[in-house]
Amino acid sequence: MSANLSALAYLVASVCFILALRGLSNPESARTGNMFGMAGMAIAVATTLLLPHVVSYAEILVGVLIGGSIGTVIALRIQMTALPQLVAAFHSLVGLAAVFVAAAAFYAPDAYGIGVPGAIHANSLVEMSIGTAIGAVTFTGSIVAFAKLQGLVTGAPLVFPGQHLLNLALGILLLALVVYFVIAQAPEIFWAIAFLSFIIGVLIIVPIGGADMPVVVSMLNSYSGWAAAGIGFTLENNLLIITGSLVGSSGAILSYIMCKGMNRSFFNVILGGFGTEGSTVAAGAKPDRPVKSGSAEDAAFIMKNAGSVIIVPGYGMAVAQAQHAVREMADTLKKEGVKVRYAIHPVAGRMPGHMNVLLAEAQVPYDEVFELDDINNDFANTDVAYVIGANDITNPAAKTDTTSPIYGMPILDVERAKTVLFVKRSLASGYAGVDNELFYRDNTMMLFGDAKKMTEGIVKSL
Amino acid sequence: MEPTQMAETAASMAGHVPLDPLVIGLTVFVLAVVVGFYVIWGVTPALHSPLMSVTNAISSVIVVGALIAAGPEFFNFSKIMGLVAVTLASVNIFGGFIVTQRMLRMFRKNK
Repeated sequence: MSANLSALAYLVASVCFILALRGLSNPESARTGNMFGMAGMAIAVATTLLLPHVVSYAEILVGVLIGGSIGTVIALRIQMTALPQLVAAFHSLVGLAAVFVAAAAFYAPDAYGIGVPGAIHANSLVEMSIGTAIGAVTFTGSIVAFAKLQGLVTGAPLVFPGQHLLNLALGILLLALVVYFVIAQAPEIFWAIAFLSFIIGVLIIVPIGGADMPVVVSMLNSYSGWAAAGIGFTLENNLLIITGSLVGSSGAILSYIMCKGMNRSFFNVILGGFGTEGSTVAAGAKPDRPVKSGSAEDAAFIMKNAGSVIIVPGYGMAVAQAQHAVREMADTLKKEGVKVRYAIHPVAGRMPGHMNVLLAEAQVPYDEVFELDDINNDFANTDVAYVIGANDITNPAAKTDTTSPIYGMPILDVERAKTVLFVKRSLASGYAGVDNELFYRDNTMMLFGDAKKMTEGIVKSL
Repeated sequence: MEPTQMAETAASMAGHVPLDPLVIGLTVFVLAVVVGFYVIWGVTPALHSPLMSVTNAISSVIVVGALIAAGPEFFNFSKIMGLVAVTLASVNIFGGFIVTQRMLRMFRKNK
């Protein structure tokens, strides 16, 4: 295939990818969009295989078969609650692949037309270093995120004195290495860049706590895109540049939305350590205040006699795998003539849109599920807010207490519902380490227990 | 003389210097970021998880670079790197698209 023809085929693939993302504007068009994505990838791979110097089909087929079957089996078997760690794991592979492609380009630059070994164009060397560094950071960063989400290591932030200074020093060292690499073009320096970036990847993710993972996962998503774009510059391939930029923007916008959902700056999240100081203060100062608590039967009675119920799910619902029980409860209530809707906070769960997928999995129709802005005014004329596995995102302190670490964060106004049913294991504070004023309100009834068992209990009593 | 070289010579004789590939790349890059910005803001928040998994799948387009490295007939270090990268990217391509499809299939409207 001639260079011009393949460039045109790559252009078609790029447009397919744009259409794949465009399809996600609506659940109806999303499936068609995904087909466009697959078609784009097929065109990209087929075009590359037809390039004149790509001849070793047998070895390539083996690689694709091994990788493809691993990917297929994982994708078919994975539980929807484990989605955030799956996505993190997949990001790490893109990162590592970027490092290997950059290495391949460095050792055989003639195959990519960027010079000969020892005399590679300076531009290409810079682009190669950027691709390698971002890819390597994505690789180890995603592995740490995966380990945190999977519970292999503690989700708590790991902070130590001089952390930011150390990261800064390593960042400067990395820049120096890149400059040295461009001058000396030595393989040792290439691997030093990769190795140092591996370390930086670990260091920048360890101080970030579990509930900030939506930002981290989006950020790594963004990095994997920029890594691909960086490699695209090295290989002078527009398809890689376009796709990398699309993915990079996507991750960046998602990170922005997540940060806004917490009213925190990106740097505040990235510097980490959130919730570590606050929790000790809150625990020490916690007064012994009376709360109203009830049983599953009480909750069933209240909801049965309600005209409308809004369910507010959080990460706790995912942990308890309570989404199916929640849907069952909603079905029974709907039969009783109760209007049931769901309210989703942008940062509920461990990745953007996490709750929507879990509810969809439990066969909750998506037109009953609403975003914060669309439903927040309706709490005032709702009889019952059923909060399951969520805490900070309902805390009125975010609106009133200027000293609170979550001050200014948009919250779901569940306090305005006639009755708030709060399913929780204890009165413990949420991720931000702040006590929730809502627990002690007159219109709140605490339902102490496991989210799934409690919901099942309510279904039985209905 | 190659046709491209002839074109380049003709262009420079006419006072045109061919563009640096970096400039062409930057042009494409900036335009793609702008397109990405508008398309991504159009994605409904309910589908942010499938958005992550599908962007993950399409970022594996890096397989193009891997295939070029893996393509030559004879084994050398570069080819081995390329083959490993092909395998890694394949995990992502298949895994990413399939898991996205699984998710999207679950989104249903009220009957």
